[in-house]
Amino acid sequence: MLADLRSDFPALAREGRNGRPLIYLDSAATSQKPGQVLRAEADFYRFSNGAVGRGAHLLAEEATEAFEGARAEVAAFVGAGADQLVWAENATAALNLVASGIGNASQGVGGDAGKSFAVGEGDEIVVTESEHHANLIPWQILARRTGATLRWIAVDDAGRLDLGSLADVVGARARIVAFQHASNVTGIIHPVEAIVMDACQTAPHVPLDLATLGVDFAAFSGHKMLGPTGIGALYGRAELLNALPPSIFGGSTVKTVTMTETTWLDAPQRFEAGSQPVAQAVGFGAAVRYLGALGMDSVAAHERALGERLRRGVEAIDGVRLLGPSGSSGENLLGLAAFVVDGVHPHDVGQVLDDAGIAVRVGHHCAQPLHRRLGVPNSTRASAYVYTTEAEVDAFLASLAGVRAFFGLRAVTA
Amino acid sequence: VSAIEQMYQQVILDHAKEAHGRGLAPPVGASVGESFQVNTTCGDEVRLRVGIEGDRVASLTWEGQGCSISQASVSILHDLVLGATLDDTRAVEAAFLALMQARGEEPDAATEDLLGDATAFVGVGRYPARIKCALLGWMALKDALIQANVPPERRDS
Repeated sequence: MLADLRSDFPALAREGRNGRPLIYLDSAATSQKPGQVLRAEADFYRFSNGAVGRGAHLLAEEATEAFEGARAEVAAFVGAGADQLVWAENATAALNLVASGIGNASQGVGGDAGKSFAVGEGDEIVVTESEHHANLIPWQILARRTGATLRWIAVDDAGRLDLGSLADVVGARARIVAFQHASNVTGIIHPVEAIVMDACQTAPHVPLDLATLGVDFAAFSGHKMLGPTGIGALYGRAELLNALPPSIFGGSTVKTVTMTETTWLDAPQRFEAGSQPVAQAVGFGAAVRYLGALGMDSVAAHERALGERLRRGVEAIDGVRLLGPSGSSGENLLGLAAFVVDGVHPHDVGQVLDDAGIAVRVGHHCAQPLHRRLGVPNSTRASAYVYTTEAEVDAFLASLAGVRAFFGLRAVTA
Repeated sequence: VSAIEQMYQQVILDHAKEAHGRGLAPPVGASVGESFQVNTTCGDEVRLRVGIEGDRVASLTWEGQGCSISQASVSILHDLVLGATLDDTRAVEAAFLALMQARGEEPDAATEDLLGDATAFVGVGRYPARIKCALLGWMALKDALIQANVPPERRDS
């Protein structure tokens, strides 16, 4: 059980629609921020704002220390060293950085070091059917750009990966395997054995040790884990990061530049062209400090219990279909539930819940292929986080139970 | 009446349940047009076909999937526009767009006459995220008319 931390989150004290108490169940989309993060970001601007990595005056020095200190903190939070963590605008940008870098390497950018990444005709890139669009489209484009073939691991009716097909799909020609650590729709946490990992839905919610997982690259975002918007991170094994050519080119990334040739600094600097999101990095550092103080084991236990309550409650309501495994499956799932209400479109479901002060996500959650596979065009999703209470989950379930009646639909008899 | 009840008026729920004009048929008329529109935030879609004969909308059919607001809106559009003159069609299009931008403000009597059942969408104007739902079919109509070579504004004189 987590200590009462709700008073740390100013947004949780505001009202929802119609003056109802706000019940925020959309943390898988973006989390609310504690005062500690807001203050860290504001204090940076108040007291230490200066250009990072340029200049020798006091403020430039403090700003550089804050920026690099945050890098070390966020890296340590996921079991990595500071030289293994690149700031990116968000997780999407981090995944694109890898895919575009490999595309560049395939076209000869990055010299001999980059050549180890080159892919082309006959090579295969493997993804899964349950990817977020952010970890699908960059690989589609890389395949098109290089002539490589895109393959994917299918999922079953509950959205679980068909690991029986793994040996077949990830064969001798597979050069890149890109997959999500956990689904933002079904909440399933996938077993790990691969290269490029989208950790957006696990870094905020479960203890993560990327070095132990043995992945080559991993991406996650600040705003889903109590941090600011506009900042994410790419983890990479140091020798790979130092060989991967950048895909955004500019100042502060180069060793030497002539009129015809450029050589790059080691990672992370080679990927961080131009002015960086310094205050956001400082806020991100404060966010992982906050989570670290809670303890990620406690966070995971809290969310797992809420997730089970959510899923069991949702599947107990007549005329509502839970996507993914049952709440009583005993599987290792995130604290979320995506579902469809028979005869009511998710937008209409979300509107009725919003009227009761309850914020949920509606739509395809940027996972159209997965929804297609599960046989629905879209869904409604309720997701919990550190500040979510059992009472909020119960209030949500009570409102959800009334949705079909609002639209004049009869109770379904099973 | 609460804001949400004002949005989901009975006439909207009725049209959502039994939509008019649903089911694509070959368009009838001297010039024809078709448009496919998707609401990118939710994936809702409408495909709409029109046929123009003289200065009238001689046929209008559609298919689609989406929320009650988007589907009811196309159904009511069908009732308002099928058989109407192009001038009346443009007038009702403009009035509906204005209704969506009115932030829930009730329209005047003349506009209400023009819009008929579509006046029921007045409550949608209070929910910026839902305006796109209500406009999905109207965007398809606008585009289908362009495909049918009907100029968006009549240039008299």
